Amino acid sequence: MDDKEITGPLQEHFSKDILEVEQTFEMLTITVTSPVIHDVIRFLKEEPGLQFNFLTDLCGIHHPDRGLPLGVVYHLHNMVQRKRIRVKTFVTTENPEVPSVTDLFATANWMERETFDFYGIHFTGHPNLIRILNVEYMDYHPLRKEYPLEDATREDKDDRFFGREGDNGQLKIDNGRWTIEN
Amino acid sequence: MEDGQLKIEEHPRSFTTLNLGPTHPATHGIFQNVLKMDGEQIIDAEQTIGYIHRAFEKIAEHKPYYQITPLTDRLNYCSSPINNIGWHMTVEKLLGVQTTKRIDYLRIIVMELARIADHLVCNSVIGVDSGALTGFVYVFQERERIYEIYEEISGARLTTNMGRIGGFERDISEAAIKKIREFVNRLPKILNEFEKLLMRNRIFMDRTIGVGPISADRALNYGFTGPNLRAAGVDYDVRVMDPYCSYSDFDFTIPLGTQGDTYDRFCVRQEELWESLKLVRAALENIPAGKFQVDAPRFCLPPKEDVYSKMEALIWHFKIVMGEIEAPAGEVYNAVEGANGELGFYLVSDGGRTPFRLHFRRPCFIYYQAYPEMIRGGVLSDAILTMSSMNVIAGELDA
Repeated sequence: MDDKEITGPLQEHFSKDILEVEQTFEMLTITVTSPVIHDVIRFLKEEPGLQFNFLTDLCGIHHPDRGLPLGVVYHLHNMVQRKRIRVKTFVTTENPEVPSVTDLFATANWMERETFDFYGIHFTGHPNLIRILNVEYMDYHPLRKEYPLEDATREDKDDRFFGREGDNGQLKIDNGRWTIEN
Repeated sequence: MEDGQLKIEEHPRSFTTLNLGPTHPATHGIFQNVLKMDGEQIIDAEQTIGYIHRAFEKIAEHKPYYQITPLTDRLNYCSSPINNIGWHMTVEKLLGVQTTKRIDYLRIIVMELARIADHLVCNSVIGVDSGALTGFVYVFQERERIYEIYEEISGARLTTNMGRIGGFERDISEAAIKKIREFVNRLPKILNEFEKLLMRNRIFMDRTIGVGPISADRALNYGFTGPNLRAAGVDYDVRVMDPYCSYSDFDFTIPLGTQGDTYDRFCVRQEELWESLKLVRAALENIPAGKFQVDAPRFCLPPKEDVYSKMEALIWHFKIVMGEIEAPAGEVYNAVEGANGELGFYLVSDGGRTPFRLHFRRPCFIYYQAYPEMIRGGVLSDAILTMSSMNVIAGELDA
């Protein structure tokens, strides 16, 4: 299956909602706006020429430095034509609402619960959107980048030593008192 | 009785709530099922998981690439080498390095041995849960031999940390080859005896045929992969559909079931044992000469004698071990056929020293959600069998 056979019909139906089409490591990646994600996935699944009827994976991602920081990444698979594609959608932290695809794929149920658990993305229309791997009384979403893995005051485990800045903020030492300024 | 009249009371159908797990000897792992029972019959079920969640995806965002391999060990710990090698191949895909045929063949040997170990455990446990303990004890001896082979190759037995990004840490030893050869010569007799014990055993067939069935359509909708999907009749195997690691050099068949029930899952795994054995044998006879490591100096540790005598090698050794190596930016999805199904790694790198995001597509986590649908209407003892035939591994379930 040629990439144009996928992007062509998609552009035809969702032209104004397709934000980006790119090719990364032999996989076509399409970014769409969040309100249409359910329609796009249904189109990819049900359109006779496309038939992406297997949802391989669904997971969240957090880019704190972007305008739309929270993302959901779908991996779809057309097993007959041996074609995989990736569909992405991004939302804001204040209003992280994405339509659920549980009515299209039963398997999306736990995947969306996991994404909700770790990133706090609300899937509208999900039948039972509760935490799955973490405890129920947890009041944050631990895979978001603002939550440090360990004690943020530990200098030896700072993110800056892993070639990256910003996650843990800047360390300030004032009169022997350690504080982190974000 | 009131006023001489017999009052007919309505007796509502009453249900019992039964907690199966979190620590129940029949669940073979730490996860809970809350069953709604009407007598012996299961009306509904709900799973609670996450008891051994260890936040691997968060930890991975803070670890250099080579230190993530031991995390993958602990996903499906019955077949750790497949997880290890799947992860190595994901990083290799990101780096754009091509492995040599020797590496590929050695990897196939190790991965297929791991598949044999995993399927032996799963199938013998189906026997245990239906009341046949003998086969289990019998084949565990063979799993022990596979662990001895791992030990010879990597030094570890259960959580193997097998190989490295870009190949293996050292070439395969003569002792390991000898052990593998002994093992492949020994296994057919054991497998035949094991099959005689269960495959056409009337009691076993009565206990498993038609138990916990799922249709091909539902299985696909639920994201089933691996032996569980193939038992339902869908011939999807990553090794064939998306060949990696030179699997296309070998001739092997994909066994299929028709009913998607416990017996079919048992038979598919049993047949896959023979296919894996065939693959190990073919790869072992044809190991090509060549390097056991690719030429990727930023990720493969230099030889020890160079580290002691050459400045350059010492610097690279230090940089790699301290995790000071930047990976190229990119986004990769790589899948391997794990013992339970498609084990996928979704890796996003922003050019830093650790992954920006790493997601494991764990087959167990995905297909276990179909469990209530598969056991509804059945009896409790069948639910236990269904679970063991699905091969739910708590480590992979919870990551």
